[in-house]
Amino acid sequence: MDISILWYLVPSVILFICGVYGFLTRKNMIAMLISLELMLNSADLNFVIFNRYLFPGSMEGMMFTLFAIAIAAAETAIAIALIINIYRAIGNTNVTDIKEMKF
Amino acid sequence: MDITLPILILAIPIAMFLILGIGGVVMPRKVAGVLGILGMGTCAVLAYTVAFTYFFSGAPEFIIDGVRQQFQVFDVTWLAFTDKLVVKLGFLLDPISAMMLIVITTISFFVHLYSWGYMEHEPGFQRYYAFLSLFSFSMLGLVVATNIFQMYIFWELVGVSSYLLIGFFYKLPSAVSASKKAFIVTRFADLGFLIGILLLSYYTDTFNFQILTSNPELVMAECGGATFMGASVMTWAMVLIFMGGMGKSAMMPLHIWLPDAMEGPTPVSALIHAATMVVAGVYLVARMFPCYCQVPASMDFVGVVGAITAFYAAVVACCQVDIKRVLAFSTISQIAFMMVSLAVARDYIPVGEHWHAPGLGYMASMFHLFTHAMFKALLFLGAGCLIHAVHSNDYTAMGGLRKYMPITHWTFLIGCLAIAGIPPFSGFFSKDEMLAAMYQNSFFWGAWMSMVAGLTAFYMFRLYYLIFWWEENPHYKEHKPHDGPWQMSLPLIILALVSCVAGFIPFGEFVTYNGEPYHIHLEAAVALTSVAIALIAIALATWLYMKKNDKPAKMRAALPTLWEAAHRRFYWDEIYQFITHKIIFGIICQSIAWFDRHVIDATMDGFAKITQKGSLAIRGMQNGHIQAYVAWYFFGAVALAAVVWLCII
Repeated sequence: MDISILWYLVPSVILFICGVYGFLTRKNMIAMLISLELMLNSADLNFVIFNRYLFPGSMEGMMFTLFAIAIAAAETAIAIALIINIYRAIGNTNVTDIKEMKF
Repeated sequence: MDITLPILILAIPIAMFLILGIGGVVMPRKVAGVLGILGMGTCAVLAYTVAFTYFFSGAPEFIIDGVRQQFQVFDVTWLAFTDKLVVKLGFLLDPISAMMLIVITTISFFVHLYSWGYMEHEPGFQRYYAFLSLFSFSMLGLVVATNIFQMYIFWELVGVSSYLLIGFFYKLPSAVSASKKAFIVTRFADLGFLIGILLLSYYTDTFNFQILTSNPELVMAECGGATFMGASVMTWAMVLIFMGGMGKSAMMPLHIWLPDAMEGPTPVSALIHAATMVVAGVYLVARMFPCYCQVPASMDFVGVVGAITAFYAAVVACCQVDIKRVLAFSTISQIAFMMVSLAVARDYIPVGEHWHAPGLGYMASMFHLFTHAMFKALLFLGAGCLIHAVHSNDYTAMGGLRKYMPITHWTFLIGCLAIAGIPPFSGFFSKDEMLAAMYQNSFFWGAWMSMVAGLTAFYMFRLYYLIFWWEENPHYKEHKPHDGPWQMSLPLIILALVSCVAGFIPFGEFVTYNGEPYHIHLEAAVALTSVAIALIAIALATWLYMKKNDKPAKMRAALPTLWEAAHRRFYWDEIYQFITHKIIFGIICQSIAWFDRHVIDATMDGFAKITQKGSLAIRGMQNGHIQAYVAWYFFGAVALAAVVWLCII
């Protein structure tokens, strides 16, 4: 059976929607971070998919994915550092408790 | 002529300015003073060499068939804006610039020397010498200018040096305001000067003096029939150029800065505000003389302004208490004398008797410029000695000083005799020539200026008697006044000697309007009348002021309004105050400010207010909930995608 591009894209979209949903509904910042990573993974997946189907001869999409994973790891480290500092300051990691940064 | 000397004449003072100005802070006073004096001395020697070469060498570039030529030693392009608009810097030698080289370097050298004694204990001694050098440089550059634009550049430079030196005692509020006043008033006049220059050069395509003055008819023709507001463009240009001269030479109504400029150190007053810078206006008219002759209306303007100023300043000088103010008004009056003399020297006056050469007034004016520079510098330096001795500018703190300060007394007396026009002192000869030129033009000019000359003799001897005779001031017992140190006495003595003999210089052989020699001969009638008038005025002053008496006080009591008006300089300062503060600031500026505040600013404020209101209305959306932002962003992205999708299908 010929596997069309949709078979890959649909899981990617599902992954992305899960991420969005998690990011909008979870109050714990760690959980939000995990949701964020889901969205990022979905984007990475798209890179690979489109590379595989549209430009089968080349490897750029794969390479970008590798870069994105590395950057995502660095970004996660920063996010974790921020979250730890917030935890030290206010005693929990509830996102609804940090709404001072406005106006 | 070799160009080394002329370049050095300009280079030495500016180099001194840089050395003393930059290195002055680490330099002991003595070094700075000696450097300044030596620099100026060298410059004076070089200037004398150049001037003597010009007058006596007989080289064909300087004199052809007994007619002195204008000679450009060098003329280099400094700024070339377009093919026609080219600003050059150069060195022009002709009779008047050679004479001015002598005047400037002589007076400047003596002032440098004198200041060593006078300014000895003042802070900022090195700075003072630096500014003096800057002034000397600018003034020398002004007189040797080959073109009117170079003159304008140096004209502004002397203005700046004058500003710096008037405000030398910058901790005194009066000195600061006087320096600002001098700068603003002369700067205002220079605006007219600049417009005049641009007008003239726009029509003639040149800045060069030689081209402008060698063929003034052509200049007139270039301007053609262009008129503006009822007068020809040439008239406007010449009057506007003269306006610059009015500012620098303190002609009415732009004279108000000069009396206040006396706040500066006295040697500075002698150098800048008596001998050199203030005659720049006369020099300018003399430089452009052929052009002025082409435009009788502008020459009339020069004459009328000069005549009114001469009389006004002489009257005011009779009622001043501050001795430097008397001398300042005397300077204004004498410069106005020179202006009138230039104005009556026009070519078109019919030549009557055998000795009435046209241009007599020109020669006389330059002669008086020369002698006046010497004796007025002498008087100012003498006044400096007096102020140094009694620590006050007012004659009320003086009186009976002749026994205490013999050198100052005798030199001051010579200065007074010279300015009053008593033979054989220098002022007599030059003033006589000027008066002869005025009588030659019309009896009215002659009579008017004879009256001014009489007033001159009167106020100078009033001053002389009130300082040196009258009655001894009781303060002398605690603080005995004495002559200054040798640095101050030597210039006085030398300048007094010059004032004794300068009248015998056959000036007409050197400086005339067309370069041809002119033999001066005294006109007996004019000479006798003017001497008689001067003697009567001196006698009157002697009768009134020699011994302490109550006649002056009675006179004052008899005419209190007139005395007060003359003492307050006929309220010119108040008039200016009224015009600037009440009319310009109060009415014009305030209405402009209202427009600015309520229309221009209000429009801008309106934009700001609308933006602020709008942002206040929607700022609730930024509520600090991160997830709310993400939701907005997400739905925004979806909506955008939907729009794009709809557009595509």
